[in-house]
Amino acid sequence: MTEIKMVKANPHDVLTGEHYLDGNHASAEGGIAAGCKFFAGYPITPSTEIAERVSQRFPRVGGIFIQTEDELASMNAILGASWGGVKSMSCTSGPGFSLMMENFGLGMMLETPCVLVNVQRGGPSTGLPTLPGQADMMQARWGSHGDYEVIALAPDSPQESFELAIHAFNLSERYRIPVLVMTDECVGHMTEKVVIPKAEEIDLVPRRYTDKPPGEYWPYIPENDLVPPMPPVGKGYKFHITGLTHDYRGYPVISAEVQEKCVRRLVDKIKKNAKDIIWIEEKDTEGAEVIVLSYGITSRVVQPAIAEAKKEGIKVGQIRLVAVWPFPEERVRELASKIGTYVMVEMNYGQIYYEVERCAAGKCKTVLVPHAGGTVHNPEDVHVAIKGAVK
Amino acid sequence: MSTVEIVEIRGKVEKEHPMEKLLRMDRIPHIWCPTCGIGTATKAFASALEKLEIDFNNVAVVSGIGCTGRVAGYMKLDSFHTTHGRAVPFAVGLAIAKPKMKVVVFSGDGDLISIGGNHFIHTARRNVDITVICVNNFIYAMTGGQVAPTTPILANSSTTPYGNFEHPFNLPLLAASSGAVYVARWTALHVRRLTNAFAEALQKRGFSFVEVIAPCSTLYARRNKLGDGLNLMKFYHDNSIIKHGADPREIDIGFQDKIVVGKFVDIEKPTYLDCLNEGYKRVLGDAYKVYGEEDEQN
Repeated sequence: MTEIKMVKANPHDVLTGEHYLDGNHASAEGGIAAGCKFFAGYPITPSTEIAERVSQRFPRVGGIFIQTEDELASMNAILGASWGGVKSMSCTSGPGFSLMMENFGLGMMLETPCVLVNVQRGGPSTGLPTLPGQADMMQARWGSHGDYEVIALAPDSPQESFELAIHAFNLSERYRIPVLVMTDECVGHMTEKVVIPKAEEIDLVPRRYTDKPPGEYWPYIPENDLVPPMPPVGKGYKFHITGLTHDYRGYPVISAEVQEKCVRRLVDKIKKNAKDIIWIEEKDTEGAEVIVLSYGITSRVVQPAIAEAKKEGIKVGQIRLVAVWPFPEERVRELASKIGTYVMVEMNYGQIYYEVERCAAGKCKTVLVPHAGGTVHNPEDVHVAIKGAVK
Repeated sequence: MSTVEIVEIRGKVEKEHPMEKLLRMDRIPHIWCPTCGIGTATKAFASALEKLEIDFNNVAVVSGIGCTGRVAGYMKLDSFHTTHGRAVPFAVGLAIAKPKMKVVVFSGDGDLISIGGNHFIHTARRNVDITVICVNNFIYAMTGGQVAPTTPILANSSTTPYGNFEHPFNLPLLAASSGAVYVARWTALHVRRLTNAFAEALQKRGFSFVEVIAPCSTLYARRNKLGDGLNLMKFYHDNSIIKHGADPREIDIGFQDKIVVGKFVDIEKPTYLDCLNEGYKRVLGDAYKVYGEEDEQN
């Protein structure tokens, strides 16, 4: 494992104290606390408050906010700024997320650290601009063309929106990829207490710059963890990077051999480090007959249903996916042979459910509690599904 | 001349290419066709950099997709080959992150004006401090000669096999009316003037734009039976009209018509970052923290 020396947040950036914030404002504060100094965004409900908060705060912390002409520009601008050595971020929702997918792929190919928050609303198309959904989870995974591996986090509260924004920046710098925070309208617009710690309590992963001098450096020679260090721009490295399939020099090479090497590492650098990235919260999974899986706002909605089922004597465990991607394959596989049923609750017509079904591989039953979005699940529907699972 | 003779001659060439310090010689030969105007534009750009005696470390080139999109890959500078149409917004991010760097977008007419048109006009409107060089060969060349938003009326392309019937864009007019502070047009024949225009554009603070009318003998000229590279140069020679300060509204390019070249706009206007710094300082006073002030790297 490549050793990363963490640094502390800058006190000037951190709004230490107790606040009453919605998830969107908390995401913005998380980004600012992580040292984000460039934000490019385009107004889109229900994510706009992140951009608004940043535009209000940035002039006071030395950041530049730009409202671009569209989401294509936002995504590209944050990539350009990141290569300019600045931590950068954007936010959007469904339709904008679709537009950003093209250059989310460029970010993957160039291996560019940055953070993108998707405050999910109901889709497809314009869908439900003001109401929640969780139906972009597979788009997060596969939305841009070609092979790559993603990291996507799903906060369930304003407090966690703050914390996961920082974590997303750390992962993006650690693994040199655009990291997704897949929140939703409910969390984004829900106002709760948010405790922002002191700067000295916030650890940040700094940019992984090369220690090689110009002339000896190539952009895509990885370290032990398969992540290549970056060059500082404007310092004589005269590096070249391209969205084309490229070799270790960053030069385009149009061949199957180079494609294999290039794509293989993009996939492996996340897959082989997945143990360090996967983040789940388990509760009562030992000895459970049923395990309820959920993420984001839905993990709060399932709580009354689980409590009710427990009262009825059903042994219910739960798994909350704090990081949805990479998916905790091994653990879901392991538990499948010990339980009767996985109940997947998500605000879509089956997305992460298929991952659960794949990993369960017939060793236990899998049940989906779907919801098209627009509001959260009725806990009673989840309760019925849990009861049905043990019949 | 026999192959052996050519090899012998090449073998004797030990002199460095005059632009070697600005070109990635490990990537030569380039992909451009013989008589293509992109090489000429690239050489003129390198000459302009040399002439200005600026620190090459401080210049970045961003390209999109297409034949001209390959320029970034051949310049020995920090260089970024991005996606189709997106060179400008990528450059905007880079230029804002590194305000002291000269960020140059070098791309083609289809990339900058068709798929990237929205970015082009808005970046000109904001007057972001970048230089945009557009090599206009009137066609999508990389993909085999399809119609572009710059293809003159009646010109033949692989997707207008009966002739183009759409009105094309007049690029200097588009740039000028969107807010560019420097707008010039030259052809690949006007190497000296083109080099000077690049040098002027690079020194300009704000959104500067240079259109380079360039021959594509493989596709545009062949499909339209305009002859080879030499014929095209001859055409530029006989049909270019130098008219500095011409009204950009009057310099449309018709099929095999006269081409008005020159410098059309050269004005002073605060840049995007000038405006932000001035505006925030006025409103926030000492509470305004200027971006990059504490950062040595900027």
